[in-house]
Amino acid sequence: MNLASPTRPAGTRSKRALRRVRVVRAGHVFVAGYVVLLAAFGLVPTAYGIYFAFTNSANYFAGLSNFTAAARDFRYLPAVGHVALYLVIWLVALVLFVTGLALVLHQLPARRISRLVRFLYYIPGALAGAASVMVWLFMLDPTVSPAASFLRLLGYGTFGQVIEPGHLAILFAMIAFWTGAGGWIVVMYGALNNIPLDVIEAARIDGAGGWQTARRIQIPMLRKWIVYMVILAFAAGTQLFVEPQLISEASLGVAGRDYSLNQLSYDFAFQNNNVNYAAAISVELLVVSLVVAALFVTRSRFFDAD
Amino acid sequence: MPTETTARTVTRLAPPGAGRARPRRRPALAAGQILPGLLLIVFLVFFVLPVIWLLLAATKTDAQLVQDNPLSFGSWHALRQNWDALTGFQGDTILLWLRNSALYAFLALAITLVAGIPAGYALAMTEFRGRRALLVTTLVVMLMPTTTLVVPLFLEINAVHLIGSLWSVVLPYAFYPFGVYLTYIYFSTALPRDLLDAARIDGATEFAAFRRIALPLAAPVIALVGFFSFVANWTNYFLPYVMLPESNQYPVQVGLGLLLTDVPQFNPTAGTAAVLRPELALATLLAISPVLIVFLFAQRFLISGLLAGATKE
Repeated sequence: MNLASPTRPAGTRSKRALRRVRVVRAGHVFVAGYVVLLAAFGLVPTAYGIYFAFTNSANYFAGLSNFTAAARDFRYLPAVGHVALYLVIWLVALVLFVTGLALVLHQLPARRISRLVRFLYYIPGALAGAASVMVWLFMLDPTVSPAASFLRLLGYGTFGQVIEPGHLAILFAMIAFWTGAGGWIVVMYGALNNIPLDVIEAARIDGAGGWQTARRIQIPMLRKWIVYMVILAFAAGTQLFVEPQLISEASLGVAGRDYSLNQLSYDFAFQNNNVNYAAAISVELLVVSLVVAALFVTRSRFFDAD
Repeated sequence: MPTETTARTVTRLAPPGAGRARPRRRPALAAGQILPGLLLIVFLVFFVLPVIWLLLAATKTDAQLVQDNPLSFGSWHALRQNWDALTGFQGDTILLWLRNSALYAFLALAITLVAGIPAGYALAMTEFRGRRALLVTTLVVMLMPTTTLVVPLFLEINAVHLIGSLWSVVLPYAFYPFGVYLTYIYFSTALPRDLLDAARIDGATEFAAFRRIALPLAAPVIALVGFFSFVANWTNYFLPYVMLPESNQYPVQVGLGLLLTDVPQFNPTAGTAAVLRPELALATLLAISPVLIVFLFAQRFLISGLLAGATKE
C-alpha cells in the first residue's frame, strides 16, 4: 500500500487523497461478496476443524490427544502407507510421461496431428470424479474389458484378481493419470512454446539433436512447471477419496472402506460418531496442503502476487 | 493466446528437420522417430479406448457386452431398452439427479460470478487496505484441493442446521478462488490502467468505471471462469456425498455411486432392483455429457485458461 507521498504539492494532494479514499472504499465494496464467501467457506471451516481437533466430545481442550488417538487407530498407518505409495507411483508417472509426451508432441513436425493428439489426451479430463471410476471398473473387469486379453496375459482372469488390495495403489494412480495427465501435457506443451526460438536454434546449429536439446535446454526450462505440477498433484493426491470409496462399494468386498486418510476421517465422523478424531485427520491433511501451497506461493515466484 | 501464436510462428520460420537439415541426417531422424511415435500411439490407445468403449457399451445388452467384440456397436434397439430401464430405476431418478446437478452447478456459478468478477477486478485495478493479504490468501486457498475442507465444512454446516439443504453444497461451491485469480490476471493484463484513470478524471465513479469500461471487456474471462467453475461443481463427489443424505437430492455423480452398488457383477449383495452393466455405462455417459460438450466446443478456450499462469510473464 503506497500512501500519498508527502512531497506532493498541497493543491493536488487533497484532491488526489479524496479520490484515493473513494477508490479504497470502492475496492472494499468490490471484494465484499468474495470476502464473505472466503470467510464463511474457507476460514471458518478451517477454524472450526482446528477447534474440533483440539477439543474432546465435552468441548474441553484436549491437547494433542485426538491426534495421538487417531494415529493409534489400527487403520491409520496402513492408510498413510497406501496414500504414500499411491503418491509415489502417480507423481513418478506424471513427471516421466507428461514431460516425455509433451517433448515428443512438441517435436512432431505435423502440427495438426500434434494438436489433435493433445486434444484426444485431454478428453478423459471430462470424466473426472465418479465417472472415471465407473469406466475403469469396466476396463479392469476381464469379462467385459477391451483389454481383457492383456489382463489375462498378465494372469488375471477375474475382476477380483485384478483389483486385489496389492494392486490398488497402481490402479488409483492409473485412473488419476488417465483423467489428469492430458491437461498437464497441454500445459507443458504451452510452456515449451514459450522457450525462445533462438535458444533452440542455437543449440541445433551447435549440433544438438532432439534428445540433447530436450535434456540440456527444454527440460531445465520446464523445471518450474514440473515443480508446479508435482506440488498440485501431491496436494490433490493426499486427499484421495472418491476412487477408493467407490471401489470399496463395488469390489466384492476386496477393498476395505478405509483405504485412504480421507476415508478414515469420513468413517470417524459418520460411522464412529467421533468428529474430534475426524477433525484431527482433516487438520493434518489441511496442514500438508496449506504448507505446500504457502511455500509454493511465497518461494517459487510463480505467481507474482503483485 | 500468445503461446499459440508463438507455435505458429515457429512452424512458419523453421519446420523442424526440414530445409536446413543436412540430407544425410534424414534417415537417422526417421529411425529416431519410431520410438516416440510408438509412445504416442500407446498412450493414444490408453486415453481414448476407454471413452470409445463407453460410448459403444451403452448400445449393447448385457449379454452382448460379454460376448461380442468389445469395440462393436450393439443396436439402437438395445440403447432404447437401456434408456427405458435406466429411467425406470426408482421412477426417473436419473433425470432428477441430472436436474439436481444442473441446479447446484448453475446456482453456484451465478454466485461465483457475481462475487468473483468484481473481486478479481478490484484486486487488479484498485488499491485498498488488505489487498495484498487477500491476494496471497486467494493464491494459497486456490492451490489447496477442494476436498481438504469437506469434513470441517460438514461440521460447520451441521452447526447451523443446513445439512440436506440446497445451500449446503451451492454456497461452498460458490467460493471459487481460482475464478478470482483468473479474473485478476485477466484484468491486470487486458485492461489498460490509463483507460480507467481517464474515466476517473472525467468524474466517473468507481462503479461506473467498472460497469462501463471493465464489464464490457470481461466477456472472455466470465466465460472462462464459468466453464471452470461449472466443470468443477459438476464433477464434485465428496462434498454432496457428505452434505446430502437423501437420494432424491443427489447430484448425478453421487447417483452413479448408488447405481453402482445395485450392479450385481460389482456388488453381489445388490438387491432385487438390479441395474445391468450397460445401463450403468449409459448413466455414466449421461453424467459426463454436459462436461464433455463443454470440452469439445471450448477446448482452445479452456486451454488458454490452463495456461493463464504462463501467459502472465
